[in-house]
Amino acid sequence: GGPGASGRPSQTWRLGGAGSERVNWAGGFRPTGHVTGKMAAFPWHSRNRNYKAEFASCRLEAVPLEFGDYHPLKPITVTESKTKKVSRKGSTSSTSSSSSSSVVDPLSSVLDGTDPLSMFAASADPATLAAAMDSSRKKRDRDDNSIVGSDFEPWASKRGEILARYTTTEKLSINLFMGSEKGKAGTATSAMSEKVRTRLEELDDFEEGSQKELLNLTQQDYVNRIEELNQSLKDAWASDQKVKALKIVIQCSKLLSDTSVIQFYPSKFVLITDILDTFGKLVYERIFSMCVDNRSVLPDHFSPENVNDTAKETCLNWFFKIASIRELIPRFYVEASILKCNKFLSKTGISECLPRLTCMVRGIGDPLVSVYARAYLCRALLTEMMERCKKLGNNALLLNSVMSAFRAEFIATRSMDFIGMIKECDESGFPKHLLFRSLGLNLALADPPESDRLQILNEAWKVITKLKNPQDYINCAEVWVEYTCRHFTKREVNTVLADVIKHMTPDRAFEDSYPQLQSIIKKVIAHFHDFSVLFSVEKFLPFLDMFQKESVRVEVCKCIMEVFIKHQQEPTKDPVILNALLHVCKTMHDSVNALTLEDEKRMLAYLINGFIKMVSFGRDFEQQLSFYVEARSMFCNLEPVLVQLIHACVAYCFITIPSLVGIFTRLNLYLHSGQVALANQCLSQADAFFKAAISLVPEVPKMINIDGKMRPSESFLLEFLCNFFSTLLIVPDHPEHGVLFLVRELLNVVQDYTWEENSDEKIRIYTCVLHLLSAMSQETYLYHVDKVDSNDSLYGGDSKFLAENNKLCETVMAQILEHLKTLAKDEALKRQSSLGLSFFNSILAHGDLRNNRLNQLSVNLWHLAQRHGCVDTRTMVKTLEYIKKQSKQPDMGHLTELALRLPLQTRT
Amino acid sequence: MGTTLDIKIKRANKVYHTGEMLSGVVVISGKDSVQHQGLSLTVEGTVNLQLSAKSVGVFEAFYNSVKPIQVINSTIEMVKPGKFPGGKTEIPFEFPLHVKSNKVLYETYHGVFVNIQYTLRCDMRRSLLAKDLTKTCEFIVHSTPQKGKWTPSPVDFTITPDTLQNVKERALLPKFLIRGHLNSTNCVITQPLTGELVVESSEAAIKSIELQLVRVETCGCAEGYARDATEIQNIQIADGDVCRGLSIPIYMVFPRLFTCPTLETTNFKVEFEVNIVVLLHPDHLITENFPLKLCRM
Repeated sequence: GGPGASGRPSQTWRLGGAGSERVNWAGGFRPTGHVTGKMAAFPWHSRNRNYKAEFASCRLEAVPLEFGDYHPLKPITVTESKTKKVSRKGSTSSTSSSSSSSVVDPLSSVLDGTDPLSMFAASADPATLAAAMDSSRKKRDRDDNSIVGSDFEPWASKRGEILARYTTTEKLSINLFMGSEKGKAGTATSAMSEKVRTRLEELDDFEEGSQKELLNLTQQDYVNRIEELNQSLKDAWASDQKVKALKIVIQCSKLLSDTSVIQFYPSKFVLITDILDTFGKLVYERIFSMCVDNRSVLPDHFSPENVNDTAKETCLNWFFKIASIRELIPRFYVEASILKCNKFLSKTGISECLPRLTCMVRGIGDPLVSVYARAYLCRALLTEMMERCKKLGNNALLLNSVMSAFRAEFIATRSMDFIGMIKECDESGFPKHLLFRSLGLNLALADPPESDRLQILNEAWKVITKLKNPQDYINCAEVWVEYTCRHFTKREVNTVLADVIKHMTPDRAFEDSYPQLQSIIKKVIAHFHDFSVLFSVEKFLPFLDMFQKESVRVEVCKCIMEVFIKHQQEPTKDPVILNALLHVCKTMHDSVNALTLEDEKRMLAYLINGFIKMVSFGRDFEQQLSFYVEARSMFCNLEPVLVQLIHACVAYCFITIPSLVGIFTRLNLYLHSGQVALANQCLSQADAFFKAAISLVPEVPKMINIDGKMRPSESFLLEFLCNFFSTLLIVPDHPEHGVLFLVRELLNVVQDYTWEENSDEKIRIYTCVLHLLSAMSQETYLYHVDKVDSNDSLYGGDSKFLAENNKLCETVMAQILEHLKTLAKDEALKRQSSLGLSFFNSILAHGDLRNNRLNQLSVNLWHLAQRHGCVDTRTMVKTLEYIKKQSKQPDMGHLTELALRLPLQTRT
Repeated sequence: MGTTLDIKIKRANKVYHTGEMLSGVVVISGKDSVQHQGLSLTVEGTVNLQLSAKSVGVFEAFYNSVKPIQVINSTIEMVKPGKFPGGKTEIPFEFPLHVKSNKVLYETYHGVFVNIQYTLRCDMRRSLLAKDLTKTCEFIVHSTPQKGKWTPSPVDFTITPDTLQNVKERALLPKFLIRGHLNSTNCVITQPLTGELVVESSEAAIKSIELQLVRVETCGCAEGYARDATEIQNIQIADGDVCRGLSIPIYMVFPRLFTCPTLETTNFKVEFEVNIVVLLHPDHLITENFPLKLCRM
């Protein structure tokens, strides 16, 4: 447990003793007899100090401590690591307090991210965060890409792309005749000229009042209108207005014959085919639902025999209706949209319709419109197209088009067929490796049947490995790596990598293929998240060696580290991983030079830190530390990495210190580590060290063994505490704890400590505390740690803080005076005298003697020191001389008067 | 919500042939029970002839001869007077489609001047106070498939300015050559009309090529008759200036009800033709006519 868990009420000090349950302080100072008879308590008034001026007047040389300069504390950690091995042996039983040490940085983890200081520090650098987020997003995007492949686009994504790309600022128009269906059977008009008839029909339409001509639409208007139509199609369908639905679809598809704003046509195609798709789906689902009777649901792959007559009749009706659509383009599109419904009627229906529809497109005069019509047909009917392609002799170009345009699942399930076809096809005109590449792209997206997988790889690689031209080879291999990684183990991947190395090494062919090689690495690491497996792929590191151009190598390293950080869940100490990744990180680090951008540096540091954080040797601290030492020497150019290492070392200290035996060693190390942490702006860590030290103080035994002799520990404790209090001057208060929390905690500990009887050490410490508190109340402190705001900056001389401070002083003074009172016995008079003088000196040095009561107290103390003749007269003389000398200093004139009130007692 | 009467014909497509059993159920549904004076079912088939406006007057002489021809009319008593309980009552029926020896069940046909229609009517007679309930539903008769083998009769055609009739000034026509063929003018009604058309050349841009299905209905007899050709449907097979030399499919599905096997009786005739209509820029209309013979196999 930390010091906070000690359960002591810290308000003892905060409230200056009032209301506390503790006897010593509860009563406060009770005024007694001869020393301070008339006063209830002495208020403390610190003397204002001008440290600079004092320094100057004393001619003391000031050596400002710069961050990064040599500092005596710095090598301490190293020294400790050397001595530690010795001390550890006997310390196995004393390490219980570090049982939570499996976490790399117990200090940060204790804080659980709530430390406002470090949070502030983190948010102060949003660019880092943004960069980290950005990189992870990029990584994700890249991952997606690697799965999807570069040149295959499912319709959904293609659709968005088309809409985004083909835009226009020209005005568009929609012309819809929602009236009578053109060419509806039974129109009683004899064969008259087209013109006349159209006009008549238009008149009819006008009578029905449903012709809409929307002119001057912006693109957005147009899109909205089409969306409205899509909605009204659904509405019409839902309200059982099937004929209206059909009319909407017909009118919409008619819009596709208008190519007036040609740059918008692709987008128009997309929008309108969406409607057609909706329609096709509605019809199909409707008929499908009719096949569902109470007994059974139609399976997905049903045969027409299972379709009931009503459903068939409905389906037939749709086809008859559509067959009578007058105009070619709507008839084509609407039929294509419901082509799938042929399944209800006959097994071969679709494949019979397909050639007819294909030929039908020939009737479309406008080449653009006809090409798009064909595109729609292909989209609607991949499977049937495929069967036709098969029949059409294995034209390589056609095969390639099929493979690059069809759904990957479709290709994947027929992989063996395709391999057969690729093998058979004529290579002239279209090289086979491109065909294998296309096939590989599909297999990267969709899985072939389990039983075929190995055979597919073997067949494909047999061809790929024979490719002579390194460019052809790598283009093909790159694609197939994905497939290999997806379905096979590291053994196969290793073989593939070895093959790539073999092909790309001669004549340094790799130099021309970095993007592909990089892509291979990305694919491999995307699949092997377990880095111990990844690095056990023998050829992985040799593969990395092919990246000889530095920028590329660093890119690859970054990718590896990104994946590592993303996927490594557990801390690792696997030497294979460590070695490999240290190498990778070193490559990244060594790329840093004077020209490296800040962003890049930050990115690299982020990646290296991610690695360092994931390295843990568990309880093997020596290993951990030596890793840090190694890391420090490797990554010295990246400040964030060094900061990370300092954090890590600080954490290491925190874990290690409890395992030591020597109590003062532990105390001093806590203090030093805290100071180091402070020096590195690890505030919360410093706090933790100080708290640990505070909680250790009560354990200090009265006697300690020094060089084989038992000696009292008090003098060592005194020295330590003085040192400690001096340090506390610059430790900023924790925002969640009270004012001077650490000082109070330490005072509590001091107070409760069992001091030697007849010892004044406690009072000497209180005197020191008084000095500390005086220093604390200064506007600017005597010393600082660079980049750490101490309480002087935090509170800025806030009156509440000063009040709290003064209250503490009063309590301390009360304690001192109380103690002096107890020394009024014969045997202790000498101690009383010496303590009194020491207290007098403290007031002289730190108190503001212009305050009357303080002035009076000092006079009383002067008398007390001399009262029983135990004092060294020479000291008194010197002191008086000093006071007189001081009184000549500016603003010290009041000392002259004081000196007059301090008589020198002569021994008589 | 009172009692409702409904007829459900067993076959989803409602198609029957001579001699077959027309079957189904009459559904009586209502909340309360209903008293009735008997439920009967009537099958009726009529040919309605109508004279076109232009014919009226000229052929007033045989005006009387265009009164509807009844092909079949028979009634059966399904249920004797009594009471139907509340809820849904289904009464199955079977109606043999037999005709007298001198009559034929013509195929259902919905035309302009000739209409051949078959209905099934269910009547629920009720007491004087309540209205009789009637429900009528059409069923479709297909003529018995013809015996014997169907032989296609392909037709090749070539259309050039020279093949055209009715041209006022042949010299003003742009030059063109359109070739093609119909796979058969002798058509099975359930099969589409198919063929190919190639625009070999055309000076003028092509606007559109269409297939116009025409019905030719003749009413009357030897003394005088009215013959009218009207469009059934117009199917565009080419839109815009199509590629030269590339064959365009001729394909047209014969619409149901609006077509029937070519029919020739003493009182009326129903025949079909197809026009291949080529529209050229700026405003030329070229039509090539092909009489069709439809049959049901």
